[in-house]
Amino acid sequence: MRYFADWIIENLEFTRAIPSEYVYLIIMVVGGLLLLLFVVPMAGALTFVERRVAGKMQSRIGPNRVGPQGIFQFVADGVKLILKEDIIPTAADRRLFKLAPYIVFVGSFLTFAALPFSQKLIAADLNIGILYIFAVSSMVVVGIIMSGWASNNNLSLLGGMRSAAQIISYEVPQILSVLAVILLTGTLGMQGTIKAQGWAPQHWFLFHNPFAFIAFFVFFISAVAECNRIPFDIPEAESELVSGYNTEYSGFRFGLFFLAEFANVYVISAVAVTLFLGGWNTPFYLPTGIWGLLPSAVNLAGLITFLIKTFVLVFVCMWLRWTLPRLRVDQLMTVGWKYMVPIAFFNLVGTAVWMLVWGDKSIAALLGG
Amino acid sequence: MESFLFYIFGGIAVASALLVVTRRNAVGSAIFLILCFFCLGVLYLLLQAHFVAVIQVLVYAGAIMVLFLFVIMLLNLSQIEFGRIRNLALKVLGAALGVVLLINILGAINRPQLSEGVPLSEGFGGTAQVGMLLFSKYLIPFEVASVLLLAAIVGAIILARREF
Repeated sequence: MRYFADWIIENLEFTRAIPSEYVYLIIMVVGGLLLLLFVVPMAGALTFVERRVAGKMQSRIGPNRVGPQGIFQFVADGVKLILKEDIIPTAADRRLFKLAPYIVFVGSFLTFAALPFSQKLIAADLNIGILYIFAVSSMVVVGIIMSGWASNNNLSLLGGMRSAAQIISYEVPQILSVLAVILLTGTLGMQGTIKAQGWAPQHWFLFHNPFAFIAFFVFFISAVAECNRIPFDIPEAESELVSGYNTEYSGFRFGLFFLAEFANVYVISAVAVTLFLGGWNTPFYLPTGIWGLLPSAVNLAGLITFLIKTFVLVFVCMWLRWTLPRLRVDQLMTVGWKYMVPIAFFNLVGTAVWMLVWGDKSIAALLGG
Repeated sequence: MESFLFYIFGGIAVASALLVVTRRNAVGSAIFLILCFFCLGVLYLLLQAHFVAVIQVLVYAGAIMVLFLFVIMLLNLSQIEFGRIRNLALKVLGAALGVVLLINILGAINRPQLSEGVPLSEGFGGTAQVGMLLFSKYLIPFEVASVLLLAAIVGAIILARREF
């Protein structure tokens, strides 16, 4: 975004009369609105895709009535959610009850500020990008607890507390597994991490060394747990808690919880692609100079590559959801603390040893590839 | 722009800190404490301390306050509204401690040698510099803090496991 802002200030005459701070501010606001225009329809469309995928996986049809193949189903659902009566239970803590869904949505939406889309397309390439993403997405759990407590309902409260315990537990292996990648790149910035990887799979951090390979799975499993999705969806386990922390919500506020969940699925997939799967590096070499490819065309190719990789991982999330059964609470804690955390620590030490012996050479480089 | 942001977020931080101690409801206090930590994070950002700002939000607002909320709900403190303190001695003691703290802070601020400051070095407040300081100049306090945390964890486990 900084890049676009500088370009605008340089090339448009009338902006020079305004102090550059304000130009940046206006461009940031416009950029935020553009991101919102990307996130909301994307998350909405994912709800439709998820239901169709579920249908296919369970040999049913799924929603196919609204529009061709039912692709307008999410629009109909959105309209329905907005038009529905917004009920606030009389026993609820009104202010917290109203505030909670916004915190959940804002927490997951803020992460998009540091998510890369292509070589140039990133709202803010922070030098602490990955930490920023973890920091703002940790606000989601505050909103979930607030909603569980403010509903004044035993099932909601249980859901909120389970969610708190789960997210705090799985944040530990998630960040530890990311540390392995940070060791390899030496940077916390998202674009820097992608630039450290090459175009071909053997240059990705996924195949950099055996420890990074395991770290990817630790990261992805903990990230799915952070999203409260099956097989880790005990905070909203339908068979036990009705719908958990969002039981009492209706209308637009329920829609916000729903949007935030699917935005989160996109975020974890995008972060996994950035850290382990080469980000926007196109799988073939694009010569910019020789063939006269414009930089913007390369940018577009990067964007398409990034989105394809990300949506493949989003599909994997859906695949997991409709294949695996739900874990019990004690099993969830066992998996988190007795397996994921030790494996993540082992990975961290292993990566450090690898770097001590071979520097930042990958397996492919060692084999002479 | 910077001083404008400083006054906005500093003001919110002070207001929410006051609300933390004046709210009767424990959950309300905790929520305002989160807001206060968030504003402190922004103030760190304005001081160019990016790493500290993010850690502030990640650790305090994200992790520690979630545990606070968890304990409040587990003990069901929300049902017990904090009443007025009736003990006069406690009131006097609290007021005296507050005044002592205020005098100390004012004394620290009023030093005449508040200089214009030095220009920031390259990479100031970044992860690399904080890491270098933690593992060289402040190594011993850092390690002692980790031992303290370990002792707290072991203590919690021993208290929680009554039978052996």
